[in-house]
Amino acid sequence: MGKLYFKKPSKEENLHHLQPKKETIEFLLNYSKALSVIEYKKMKFESLLN
Amino acid sequence: MNNTKVTDASLVRDYLDGNENALGALINRHQHRIYSFIFSKVYDRAITEDIFQDTFIKVIRTLKRGKYNEEGKFLPWVMRISHNLVIDHFRKNKRMPKFDNSGDFNIFSVLSDGDLNAEKQLIKDQIESDVQELIKELPADQLEVLTMRIYKDMSFKEISERTGVSINTALGRMRYALINLRKIIEKRNLILTN
Repeated sequence: MGKLYFKKPSKEENLHHLQPKKETIEFLLNYSKALSVIEYKKMKFESLLN
Repeated sequence: MNNTKVTDASLVRDYLDGNENALGALINRHQHRIYSFIFSKVYDRAITEDIFQDTFIKVIRTLKRGKYNEEGKFLPWVMRISHNLVIDHFRKNKRMPKFDNSGDFNIFSVLSDGDLNAEKQLIKDQIESDVQELIKELPADQLEVLTMRIYKDMSFKEISERTGVSINTALGRMRYALINLRKIIEKRNLILTN
């Protein structure tokens, strides 16, 4: 039978430290700041103002 | 801001009133659960990151368009969005499966170029010209049938019509042509394989 030469990380162990990257969070916050929705006669337009 | 006291609902209201920090607080509060949930389905950090990002883009757009109906269930709503995006991801992958070439199996063994390389092409050309010379040694009637069948791709019916013999005779001549050709090759000790 084949030997396992490396330790397989357990799922629980892995899930414990899971966090999104800082860049992702920053992107989302910037996206939120840049996005504006303009309403015109029951129509909604999105615009990204970077 | 004290996150433990402020409810999700009031943070959402703050955000809708234009307080961008409220979104940061909401993301901070729930990022671990949402991220872990996505990771537990896809088991890939990069894909998890993408789906996490898409989830919140959808959240932001829905909130800003005023389509979010406040029922005090922010987290389950975000989880539902991420769940749907995970399903979309698997659907997309099923339609267009990606092949990971890291295992023992090498995809290029299947996708290899079927054409001959330059050397084998030269050998093939040489063999073909040799055979064309060899068949000239066959009796005329056999050579005629063989040429029509192999080089002109005619059926035996067409050959029989053209040469004015029966199909069986044409078949017999073809058979003898091949037998004689083998004899010639053996006699000359030729190796006609690529």
